[in-house]
Amino acid sequence: MKVDRRSFLGLGLGAVAGVAVSPVGMKLTDDSSIWTQNWPWTPVPVDGEVTYDSSVCSLCPGNCGISVRKIDGRPVKIEGLDGYPINNGGACLHGIAGLQYLYDPTRVKTPLRKNGDKFEKISWKEAISLVSGKLAEIRKSGSPEKLACITDKTQGSVSQLFNHFLTAFGSSNYFDMPSLESFLELTAQTLHGKGKTLGFDLENSDFVLSFGAGLIEGWGSPVNCFKANASRKERHAKLFQIEPRLSNTAANADKWIPINPGTEADLALGICAVMLKKNLFKAGKFKGSFNKFVAMVQKEYSVTKVAETTGIKANEIEKIATLFAKAKMPVAIPGKGRGNGGQSLKEFAAIHTLNCLAGSLNKKGGAFVMAMNEYLSFPKAIMDEVAEKGAGKTKIANSVNELVEKLNGSSKPIVDALFVYNANPCYSLHDPKRVKQAFQKIPFVVSFSSFLDETAMEADVILPSNTFLERIEDMPSQAGLARNVIGLTRPVMDPVFDTRNPGDALISLAHGLEGTIAESFEWESYEECLESVTADVWDSLSEEGYVLVSQGPPKGNPIVDFTYLSANPSTIQAQGDLELMLIPIDNMRLTGTAPMASPFAIKTVSDKVLTGTDIVVEINPMTAKGLKDKGYATLTTPVGSAKVKINFNEGIMPGVLGMVKGLGHTCDNKFVSNKGVNVNDLIGPVIESGSGLDAAFGIRAKISKA
Amino acid sequence: MSKIENKDENGSMDGAGDGTAGGPKDDKGLGLGIIFFLVAFLICFLSGWLLFPKLLYSKKEQPFNFDHVLHSEEVGDCESCHYLREDGTFSGMPKLESCMECHTDEPMGETEDEAIFAEEYVAKEKEVPWFVYSKQPDCVFFSHGAHINAAGMDCKSCHGPIEESVASRPYEENRITGYSRDIWGKSIWGIKKHSWDRMKMDDCAKCHKQETGHQGYCFQCHK
Repeated sequence: MKVDRRSFLGLGLGAVAGVAVSPVGMKLTDDSSIWTQNWPWTPVPVDGEVTYDSSVCSLCPGNCGISVRKIDGRPVKIEGLDGYPINNGGACLHGIAGLQYLYDPTRVKTPLRKNGDKFEKISWKEAISLVSGKLAEIRKSGSPEKLACITDKTQGSVSQLFNHFLTAFGSSNYFDMPSLESFLELTAQTLHGKGKTLGFDLENSDFVLSFGAGLIEGWGSPVNCFKANASRKERHAKLFQIEPRLSNTAANADKWIPINPGTEADLALGICAVMLKKNLFKAGKFKGSFNKFVAMVQKEYSVTKVAETTGIKANEIEKIATLFAKAKMPVAIPGKGRGNGGQSLKEFAAIHTLNCLAGSLNKKGGAFVMAMNEYLSFPKAIMDEVAEKGAGKTKIANSVNELVEKLNGSSKPIVDALFVYNANPCYSLHDPKRVKQAFQKIPFVVSFSSFLDETAMEADVILPSNTFLERIEDMPSQAGLARNVIGLTRPVMDPVFDTRNPGDALISLAHGLEGTIAESFEWESYEECLESVTADVWDSLSEEGYVLVSQGPPKGNPIVDFTYLSANPSTIQAQGDLELMLIPIDNMRLTGTAPMASPFAIKTVSDKVLTGTDIVVEINPMTAKGLKDKGYATLTTPVGSAKVKINFNEGIMPGVLGMVKGLGHTCDNKFVSNKGVNVNDLIGPVIESGSGLDAAFGIRAKISKA
Repeated sequence: MSKIENKDENGSMDGAGDGTAGGPKDDKGLGLGIIFFLVAFLICFLSGWLLFPKLLYSKKEQPFNFDHVLHSEEVGDCESCHYLREDGTFSGMPKLESCMECHTDEPMGETEDEAIFAEEYVAKEKEVPWFVYSKQPDCVFFSHGAHINAAGMDCKSCHGPIEESVASRPYEENRITGYSRDIWGKSIWGIKKHSWDRMKMDDCAKCHKQETGHQGYCFQCHK
């Protein structure tokens, strides 16, 4: 027998036939189909027990109640909490994307110390002893007032704990970032006296006269405003929106009244003049110099003058005044955009005066003059000799912007150490370059940030905070809400990284400093501190998750002091003398303050705001001579210049350029950074005399084809 | 005659001679071909049947042995540990927390397996990484609640007499799909003797057809 070609053929055929009748073919077909339907590298959510935790979102001052859906203890979804007195089940896009902040690429995972240009990891023990050692040196030098602190707000126990630390240390240099809350507080203080703030009953008002307030762009408590706005039609309430650009709020309003940028205060005073002249006002407890105020507005803000300044026709102004005064429940609201950018006290006071003249104070649907939320009872800080000496020194500045100016203007270091918590001044303030410059003049900066943002990058030590999903904290309502609610943010999970509650970090620092400072911080943990300082409300706060302190109009008719306005404070002028005016635009999908927008939120931004990595600037076609729609241009202001893309928009007044706020981050976050330009880089601060506020509503600019 | 012609002649003669002797030679070739065919057939068939499953599945031991008999004697029926949650979802494998309702880091008995459990998992508060024999692909939605409560089925119908097991058998993982061998069934031919021998889609459909009169629609399970 000879093995030949046929034998091999037989062998091959036999093998094929053998495999064919074996289960191999059938099984492999089945397995490969399962494999292709379940790629092993595709992440699959782990199955487990579903639970819900209630908490309060603290990403913005809105403080909405949230319900966090968890699978086997791992948070997987954030929803609005039904029945919560602020948002009643609603949530905004930042809130629902809140989980992304847990795993954000910029999260600070352990305490860090700067070594040269780079950060190196250190343990909490090392970090606390390093910071308390530096602070002890400052106290030894006898100038404790050289410790300053910047936080996002003054309300709430964590902010108060920072203040408590400074007091025990011997410094009064505690600053908060510009915010709608701080402006409303200042306005209430100017017109009604100390310890008051303002709330606006938008849910019940039948005529809302909004001076640029972006009611659906994140003004105040965003979800609360969305809901109030959404119910407007069925309540037959009117919204008149006064601003230079057809924003979403303006497009949604019953009437959009375009106004020359920065002349809102003039219009408000002009309307006051009409109301006073035509006797359309309701007398209240007017004191101070009411008569002087009447004479002043009649003289300086006559309809013809105001028509010329604002660009709104005289008969239109008279019509607005009449409609406003004759409405049953009118309310005028200040705060352009989100109300936290460059704002002037004159404008806020003038607009709120409309509420005072219309008889809307403490009336349903009007403006509420509310007592500040005073549920916290901190023990008095124990002060030693050094602290007493420091406390006797005057505060370096009245506002954070003034602090920056003073730091840059002085050759000697006027601040030896700075605490920064939940604020990003090196991004959010106008002209951040000068803020960074000021930070570099401070020998020791301690950041309590959860994220390595622009400001944390400037720090010498970072004591990273837990995010709002990992910590406990009280959240008093603010942001112009017409009700007073104290919410409780509760940890829904263990910290993802080696981070701590800022309150705990501060208590450890105080204990590290020993002496009277440690005595002033007798709590073992922040939770213990919170329980003791909120003793009056703790039981219901911890059980219910919130306390509804008050709702409905406050009692009594508050006094109105016209002293400030009757002196006719000067109106802010934009910096520069170029032919166009650049104004920042607030967009609901972005945030101009800390924390920066999440990757999800950035993805939802329209192509007309951000195209690829190019920021888009709005311009009226009438102004855009020589420019091409969707073409590139160079935008120049006295502060800086930037390459931008052009979007022709007939909804923006001729002569005005609109640029969105919240882009152009430079920190290391591939999802959020290096997209567009930070509009603050192009706008310089304009300090309002008297209030010390940075009231830059925009800046003069020019634009040319790139 | 030229040399060429002679050659031709011889050649054709040789050829004719070969031709006559070639018949039996061809038969032998065919016979060998058949033998080769049969041998190859047998080897490949047997490999496909017996060797292939050994290559396809990798054997993995559970973290430690679990004695269902012992536990059911102590705590009662299946639902004591594998229960439906209030919202109707199935708890599946008990979490360490459930085990720790009875167990502490001090073993209660004397078995080596419990010692491993107490030392490695309870003391370290680590979940036991059990391999789940009946884990279905992620593209399948299955509600235990509907089958147990609405259809009144017992655990055994799909999972077999697992309460009779005194030790954990090795988990056989399909190297291609990553799922358990129990889904296809122990028999590589897909032959089943009991209702719990296989957990493929056809088995679901067959039972549905039998019980409800319809095998069901795609979206009922593949959502």
